[in-house]
Amino acid sequence: MMTESKKIKLFNGKKGDFIRLTHLDIDGVMRRRLLDLGFVPGAVVEVLRKSPLGDPIAFRVSQTSIALRKEESLRIEGELINP
Amino acid sequence: MTKSFRIALAGNPNTGKSTLFNLLTGLKQHTGNWAGKTVDLKAGTFTFKTNQYEMIDLPGTYSLFSNSKDEEIARDYIVFEKPDVTLVVLDATALERNMNLALQVMEITDRLIICINLIDEAEKMGIKINEKVLMKRLGVPVIKISARNKSGIPMLLDTIDRVVTGAIQCTPYQMTYDEETEKKIALLLPTVEKISGNKFPARWLSLRLLDGDTNLLQQIQQKITIMEG
Amino acid sequence: MGAQSAYKQNEVQELFYQAEQLSSSNVRDQIVEQLYKKSNELIKEGVSFTKTKHDQRTEKLDAIFTSPIWGFPIMLIMLGVIFYLTIAGANIPSSMLASFFGWIEGYLTLMFTTLHAPDWLHGVLVLGLYRGTSWVISVMLPPMAIFFPTFALLENYGYLPRVAFNMDRLFKTVGAHGKQSLTMAMGFGCNAAAVMSSRIIESPRERMLAILTNNFVPCNGRWGTLIVLASLFMAAGFTGGMKSLVTTSVIVGIVMFGIIITFLVSWVLSKTALKGVPTHYTLELPPYRKPKFVDTVIRSSLTKSLSVLKRAIKVAAPAGILTWVLANIQVGDTSILLHIVNFLDPLGQMIGLDGYILMAFLIGLPANEIVLPILLMGYLSTGALIDVEGIEDLKQIFLNNGWTWLTALNMMLFSLLHYPCGTTLVNIYKETKSIKWTFWSFMIPTGIAFLVTFLITQIVRFMGWV
Ligand SMILES: Nc1nc2c(ncn2[C@@H]2O[C@H](COP(=O)(O)OP(=O)(O)O)[C@@H](O)[C@H]2O)c(=O)[nH]1
Ligand SMILES: [Mg+2]
Repeated sequence: MMTESKKIKLFNGKKGDFIRLTHLDIDGVMRRRLLDLGFVPGAVVEVLRKSPLGDPIAFRVSQTSIALRKEESLRIEGELINP
Repeated sequence: MTKSFRIALAGNPNTGKSTLFNLLTGLKQHTGNWAGKTVDLKAGTFTFKTNQYEMIDLPGTYSLFSNSKDEEIARDYIVFEKPDVTLVVLDATALERNMNLALQVMEITDRLIICINLIDEAEKMGIKINEKVLMKRLGVPVIKISARNKSGIPMLLDTIDRVVTGAIQCTPYQMTYDEETEKKIALLLPTVEKISGNKFPARWLSLRLLDGDTNLLQQIQQKITIMEG
Repeated sequence: MGAQSAYKQNEVQELFYQAEQLSSSNVRDQIVEQLYKKSNELIKEGVSFTKTKHDQRTEKLDAIFTSPIWGFPIMLIMLGVIFYLTIAGANIPSSMLASFFGWIEGYLTLMFTTLHAPDWLHGVLVLGLYRGTSWVISVMLPPMAIFFPTFALLENYGYLPRVAFNMDRLFKTVGAHGKQSLTMAMGFGCNAAAVMSSRIIESPRERMLAILTNNFVPCNGRWGTLIVLASLFMAAGFTGGMKSLVTTSVIVGIVMFGIIITFLVSWVLSKTALKGVPTHYTLELPPYRKPKFVDTVIRSSLTKSLSVLKRAIKVAAPAGILTWVLANIQVGDTSILLHIVNFLDPLGQMIGLDGYILMAFLIGLPANEIVLPILLMGYLSTGALIDVEGIEDLKQIFLNNGWTWLTALNMMLFSLLHYPCGTTLVNIYKETKSIKWTFWSFMIPTGIAFLVTFLITQIVRFMGWV
């Protein structure tokens, strides 16, 4: 199977997608909090599920699941690396 | 003769700090499976061998960069109150993120024990942890426990005892950063050392300054003025 | 020493300046990235993963608990089940406690007669204070001893973050923080503690919203009132399990109403005084973990129930004595109590209550638990003494004082919506450090309590339903 590689925002990921982070377009405390949680460039994030009303979305990052709102997940970018 | 020591419990939220706290102190700190259950400092005591221990359950934090009030409370306690031992409680099932906090604590204090909790869950998930390797790499005791199943507790108590009595000397691994950051730290370090004396971790303070955290050094300066005055 | 510290001050300023020059915006990124790199390295060396699969159980359960279809119904059912267990399970122990206290009361009365104590003293101390307090204990203790452990089990299992996950979108719509559902959940236990737990919300604006609205979740101190009034007046025509079911539905309805008000108030505030866009939201969803059953149950039922109860009793005694004093000191030809009651009565009538009820809420400011006993003491102190056997007969006291289902409904709503208790107000001040916001945390609920009960009363009276 081929390995896809394309740019994608976390928010646009589908359930089961794996995304390698490249860039966080967020500043201030939120950026620092995201870094602490493991949303660092290079980390691989899995899209887990959407909440019943579509937002927030839960991601698996550094072995834990973290939910982010649309406002943030739209500003986190990576490459889709689904096997 | 009984001596008395203070132990601080640090760690990410939800790693079982309160469960361990209750187990050791017999106190009734409420636990909960969500981040944010403990927001305040809670203290309790227990005795082991001939020593008396006061244990402090710090709020769970993801880092010690003081992004929020909880983190500040936890950090300030470790920096200013200088517990005799800081027990860093890690979640065995999410070691990557948890280890990151342990590395930060190791920059602040050299009297710490790493306590990998929830080992029962990790085993169920097929996670095998070689604590000997970690211990060697980190330079501090690493103990695997399950606060829920009460396993590994005698070993933990024994280690605490040996750290406070000086039978074990910890030499925590010190993070080295990229060249540029290291150079900057080296530039700041002499002055910081002069101000903070040997009572506070100067290298870490320099790093915090680089990160824009001036508040911390001011606090330290005040403390020192008070101590001298 | 002064010169020395001035010198140091200079040095520090220089150091800060130097640090500022050296610092660049990506320092933190660098630091954290390298910390994570190191963590990864350590884990590669020291940890091996024999299974590749993640926690399957948590995935499966989350598929149900946060499902687009089942997520919300399950939350409602959970709430209903907890309340049903609490109400139905508390019935028998409640009546057992009540008869136990009744048995003691017999001896107390005997003691008063042997001592030739005056009737009014016996009336107020035994029939008022003692009976009121013991009655609060019999009504409150069993539900607490069931609710706290059940809730603690759910909490330790890991269900609460899922509620926050499901509800977040609604909170975002009204400009609040998703973790407000966690502080609200804490509010069911105790609003004062919940106000402290609002620290988990990092941004000050949303934290203030959570603090100002927490009171709209009924704490256990108000459940006694809610459960008793619901079962006496709303479920009066039913018996057994059906009665508990109806009572539960009424309570769930009241709780839902409180949640709606929370959303409304949050929305209005975030459009006015607390304007701003929602910020910073990260929520961790931990794996489900089987709680330590016995530990959790014992810790939560014993320590929590007892501490809440202790507080209630500590407040009940002085409040009881205050009520007694007010009822027995005459100014002009009536007691102070009656003066107050008469003064408050017109206002009370307007919102479908009466002067006694408002007075009870006033004296009950330190703790909601004592509102009903104070009310009973008030009613009993005016000579409307009747002999009551057990909780059911208390309804007669209310009926003698002109109660209808509307009075009961309004009292429940007023209890749900009115100002936070004294302890909560103190905690609000401690957390916000602002007299202004503490004041508003008192005024907003109180205003809403009056408005809602006023509207309901006027509508019901206009339609001629009572
Ligand atoms: N399976 C298992 N669960 C645990 C263990 N220690 C704690 N827990 C559970 O983990 C959750 C969080 O515990 P708590 O002590 O409140 O964590 P804290 O936030 O670090 O204080 C609770 O549901 C505990 O029952 C353990 O060793 N094994
Ligand atoms: Mg805790």
